[in-house]
Amino acid sequence: MSNNNKNYTLMDAKKAEEIVRSNVKKRRRKDIVLKSIGQFAIFVALSFLVFLFVSIFAKGIPGFFQHYVTLEVNLDQKRLDPKGDLSPDSLYSGDARKLVLEALYKEINPKGRKQKKAAKKILSSNAEIRVAQMVLENPSLLGKTIPITFALDDDIDSFLRGYIKRDTPESDRRINNTVIKFVDVLVEKKLVNYKFSDYILSGSASRSPEIAGVKGALIGSILTLFVCFILSFPIGVATAIYLEGFAAKNRITEIIEININNLAAVPSVVFGILGLAIFIGVFGMPRSIPLVGGMVLGIMTLPTIIISSRAAISAVPPSILDAAYGVGASKLQTMFHHVIPLAIPGMLTGTIIGMARALGETAPLLMIGMVAFIVDIPNSIQEPATVLPVQIFMWADFAERMFVNKTSSATIILLVFLILMNGVAIFLRNKLERRW
Amino acid sequence: MITFYLFLVLLLIPTIWFFYGNKTAQKIKLKNGKLHSLIHYYGLFVLLYSLLPSIFVYIIILVGDDILFSYLINDYIPEKIKNSSDYNKVIVMTQIQNILDGIYFGEQPDWVKLASEKIEHWSNLSLLVNYSLTISISIIGGFLGFRRINPDLRSRNSVETIIIYVLGFSSLLAILTTVGIVFSVIFESLRFFAIIPASEFLFGLTWNPQFEGAERAGSGQEGLASYGSVPLFVGTFLISFVALCIAVPIGLYSAIYLSEYASKKERSIFKPLLEILAGIPTVVYGFFAALTVAPMLRSGGTLIGLDVASESALAAGFVMGIMIIPFVSSLSDDVINAVPQSIRDAGYALGSTKNEVVLQVILPAALPGIIGSIILAVSRAIGETMIVVMAAGLAANLSFNPLDAVTTVTAQIVTILVGDQEFESAKTLSAFALALTLIVITLILNFYALHIVKKYREQYE
Repeated sequence: MSNNNKNYTLMDAKKAEEIVRSNVKKRRRKDIVLKSIGQFAIFVALSFLVFLFVSIFAKGIPGFFQHYVTLEVNLDQKRLDPKGDLSPDSLYSGDARKLVLEALYKEINPKGRKQKKAAKKILSSNAEIRVAQMVLENPSLLGKTIPITFALDDDIDSFLRGYIKRDTPESDRRINNTVIKFVDVLVEKKLVNYKFSDYILSGSASRSPEIAGVKGALIGSILTLFVCFILSFPIGVATAIYLEGFAAKNRITEIIEININNLAAVPSVVFGILGLAIFIGVFGMPRSIPLVGGMVLGIMTLPTIIISSRAAISAVPPSILDAAYGVGASKLQTMFHHVIPLAIPGMLTGTIIGMARALGETAPLLMIGMVAFIVDIPNSIQEPATVLPVQIFMWADFAERMFVNKTSSATIILLVFLILMNGVAIFLRNKLERRW
Repeated sequence: MITFYLFLVLLLIPTIWFFYGNKTAQKIKLKNGKLHSLIHYYGLFVLLYSLLPSIFVYIIILVGDDILFSYLINDYIPEKIKNSSDYNKVIVMTQIQNILDGIYFGEQPDWVKLASEKIEHWSNLSLLVNYSLTISISIIGGFLGFRRINPDLRSRNSVETIIIYVLGFSSLLAILTTVGIVFSVIFESLRFFAIIPASEFLFGLTWNPQFEGAERAGSGQEGLASYGSVPLFVGTFLISFVALCIAVPIGLYSAIYLSEYASKKERSIFKPLLEILAGIPTVVYGFFAALTVAPMLRSGGTLIGLDVASESALAAGFVMGIMIIPFVSSLSDDVINAVPQSIRDAGYALGSTKNEVVLQVILPAALPGIIGSIILAVSRAIGETMIVVMAAGLAANLSFNPLDAVTTVTAQIVTILVGDQEFESAKTLSAFALALTLIVITLILNFYALHIVKKYREQYE
């Protein structure tokens, strides 16, 4: 077509038709090519998504399980509870470790100090605490010999999963031949079983991967989100109401609006610097606490809530306002009695989406010290805590093989929460939001 | 716990005033037959009188007392220490605070003990003052409000004015935050530029921050500290460039397909699916990049004879590209949809195929908006932190090769500011200077992008 343009004389109609016809197929083909490229692009993007999910789930689902060994432990009262008062103090100073090891030795018969040393590596360091806790909860067990399941050490777990290979030379292996021999004996006696991990959901941060769990981080996340919500929802909604309903069109309002849009664009790590410099530096608040974390995330979420709440308020049709004004309501009454009840679903949707983003946020919390290694489960917003994404970040750095699975499991838990929150937001939007 | 009870009391007193105010208004109404406002506005009027001043005073004392203490404690720090060359108020305050928290080892100097006792004494005093003051203000405020109740009091107007002021006040918080960000970054940056000249920071080619303590301790690296930020920005742009190479073609073609070819149903399925990519936490992407993508690229590179660093810019950029696909696709999709149907119809009326209409009519018309969406994606990529912290390196190589390990501005900010810091050291302060540059760049990009998109929208409205 375009190459015919240079010839300005009118073309014979038949000839022109011929040219157009001869090109039609080619042009249609081009059309199909563009369409397929578009489909291919979407396919590629979605396969990234699938790949991401598959790679996380493939590693994460095994992380919810681990290997346990069942041993007949003799819960001898004198040795377990030296003071005889069943206090936690006495139980933790007792000789639970030896009792557990004796039960283990009975199964595998180690000879000599070297073999006993190897045998000690089989059980998780948490074994004696488990015994002490069992007795603490149920003192009637004392004096009996009962089967108790213990987590195996992470290296043994990795070996049983096949990550540590039997045919690697002994010097390159994290566990030596004696240990493997013992594990084989335990497997042969059918004492080892693979089941849902007790620790992943109820354990706290630990350097030993076999007993590490996300409970502390999960509670830290909930506390932080709670502070974030308490701070950002009322302020965000109040700001939106003011800007939509009452703000005069002047310079200050304009500055506020520009500010809100700018804040939405500021990289999240900068909010961490704000928290570090102002909350911790100037106000002298302690590091690592959910209170400061929630405040930082709250400020970060504020623009999202303001923008979505404003959209929800302005979506209420003017006829509703006119009707309210018509029966003599004041501006504030119209706003609070009529507009806000209709806009609430939209506001909540925006808030939940903002909260979901805050839940997944890591960088600003690193800056205010929520990356500290905290074993205790936090009880209040003023106690040091960590949050789920930061826990993932920390675990991702640990070298032990089992942490790869645990990190992926923590990621799955985080994703499940995000999906739940977004699901609620979508539900609210579809069910409660009215279309005018 | 006691704070919790205080809050309960602080809420309880105004509530009591509210009911009492209502009751009184009711009585007046029965006696006089008329009131200016509805009854509950009188209750609210008294409630606000009781609540707002006490909360205000509570916050002032809560925030103010620490600042006052750190000023008063000066008298308890011996002159000898104050005059010594490495005197630092922040360190002294931390020392005192540590005693209060019970974290200290060995014997502490007497003056520190004395100062910490004083502070403890003052804090208890200030807590007591705060509690009694706020509770009495709450009662007195309520009483003053209560005294004003009479049939002619325009309580609705007063209550509404107060509420609107409260609403307006909360909208000022957005400004306050911005001011906070700007101040927290600018002050520290100025102190940094007092140590390191701005020209070295902006144009220097080596980035090698060192703690002064390490230098003093003679770690063998004396005088090696250098703060040229060029390698960081080159690294940042290199990773962002890789990300764009992934995100722009995929995002743009997806947008074209979604807006021009897809049926309504396909669109309603694929668009949210693509947007999931933007909703996944960045730490998950970082983990994915470090654990799955980087080893894959490395072994893939070895297969074809390339030496790929295990923390290559390619891996971080690739995953970041996946993350920003929705930023390009969704915004471009909106922009393409905003091109008026009449322009499309004109194209079809001339006998063009869809391909011709899209490529020769719609895309040129939507180009400014598409560029806006790409700039927004760039600013997002520059500010992204977790992916680069986890998957990109920390060594500041000045390299344009995506197979090398490079580091970025955000990764450096995080590594410098996480963990123990040395106050007043050029290394700590450099993080603030980096943050300042980061903010300036992202704000300019955003401002420009929004300007383009807005202008473009106006063109068709």
